[in-house]
Amino acid sequence: MSTIDSLHELPELTDDDLVRYSRHIILPEVGIEGQRQLKGARVLCVGTGGLGSPLALYLAAAGIGTLGLVDFDVVDASNLQRQIIHATPDIGRKKLDSAAERLTALNPELRVIKHDTRLTSANALDIFKDYDVVADGTDNFPTRYLVNDACVLLGIPNAYGSIFRFEGQASVFAAPDAPCYRCLYPEPPPPGLVPSCAEGGVLGILPGLVGVIQATEVIKLILGKGETLAGRLLLVDALNMRFRQLKLRKNPDCPICGANPTITKLIDYEQFCGFASPAPSNVQEIKNGVPQITVQQLKHRIDAGEDVYILDVREPFEYQIANIGGRLIPQGEVPQRLAEIDRTRETVVYCKSGARSQRIAELLKQHGYQRVVNLAGGILAWATEIDPTMKKY
Amino acid sequence: MTIFIPTPLRGYTGGKDAVEVEATTIREALDQLTANFPDLRKHLFTPEGKVRAFVNLYLNDEDVRYLPAKEASEVKPSDTLSIIPSIAGGR
Repeated sequence: MSTIDSLHELPELTDDDLVRYSRHIILPEVGIEGQRQLKGARVLCVGTGGLGSPLALYLAAAGIGTLGLVDFDVVDASNLQRQIIHATPDIGRKKLDSAAERLTALNPELRVIKHDTRLTSANALDIFKDYDVVADGTDNFPTRYLVNDACVLLGIPNAYGSIFRFEGQASVFAAPDAPCYRCLYPEPPPPGLVPSCAEGGVLGILPGLVGVIQATEVIKLILGKGETLAGRLLLVDALNMRFRQLKLRKNPDCPICGANPTITKLIDYEQFCGFASPAPSNVQEIKNGVPQITVQQLKHRIDAGEDVYILDVREPFEYQIANIGGRLIPQGEVPQRLAEIDRTRETVVYCKSGARSQRIAELLKQHGYQRVVNLAGGILAWATEIDPTMKKY
Repeated sequence: MTIFIPTPLRGYTGGKDAVEVEATTIREALDQLTANFPDLRKHLFTPEGKVRAFVNLYLNDEDVRYLPAKEASEVKPSDTLSIIPSIAGGR
């Protein structure tokens, strides 16, 4: 039984549709009726990035009638290694505009609805309520929990995918009687433990693999055919090309989809994921003995009024372009100028992207500095995540 | 038995994606793993010794939380234990 066929009247297929979708219509599992279901369906893609690109393209090609897109970002050159819905001439354009243009070129009958906003607790229910299926292609934990909770509260299935380096996960959450994301992960990891794709990297093809799996699940949810990933977690290991699946169970004590839910409306997801907590997480990534601090963690410590000693090991010309304050000692001069660095205080070392500062932090450790941390991602991460007005170089 | 190490935690196992341990229960296997790689301990367990809420353990394809004996469940050499942390990337 499809999740959507009772919700609204199905549109008729035109002669053009019969030609365009003939390879679908010939499938007994789709047929005329199934193609009408696809045409009548309204699917929301949250994010038009790595996962959202293949997802939206295939859904548009498949004849989904209405496709909503949520994004607020602009196309950047570093997106093009994987975000195949955007092209080189689109650099600097809104992802929504670029994606909508590409999708309607592929399928002029498609109705694209652009939601030019960051998804928040204030707008999620209002945006989601007009859709039959949601496909979560976001890139951070607060939004993952927000999408899950909104889907559970509205009873909309969520075709879920996430990626990291060479690994992907896919499932269907919040389908009737199926587990939700919180059944699998009641709590997010502390900020900084699991790096983002920007920090940790991602094989460009991987979101293609995982996004297409999400698209497949969306289509099956609409058709009500086959066996969806509801109740299963599919693990994709692209490096060894291994696919494994794990059983998911509905947690009877789940705070949102369990028998006695404690979450009955959307909450503050930044706070839930620890981003707003004044105390820095005590679980940090450690690289060669040097704890890594994320730009968010550093920002919160500065905002909380902590007296953080910052050491900038870039060259003076780089400092001129952009800086986040602190003492400037270019990396080559650090060994001679150790006396200027207070060894009793915690020192946060930073550079452009985190590599030079990591080496200097290791050097300081060797010289007996006990409390040295490295700013992961450097000033580039700061410019991306904290202060978009800062000049990147 | 084989313990599969997910990408985000391989920094604490010298880059290994799988670790072999000899154990009769899940708890024993985890103790051996964290004895060999002490930095892993705080990522997998709370200070009270409970498995952290954002880490899931699977014996073969079953969630350890739903096994009757949980971490005291017996294991065979042919079993696999998977550590599945949440990941969020998508862009």
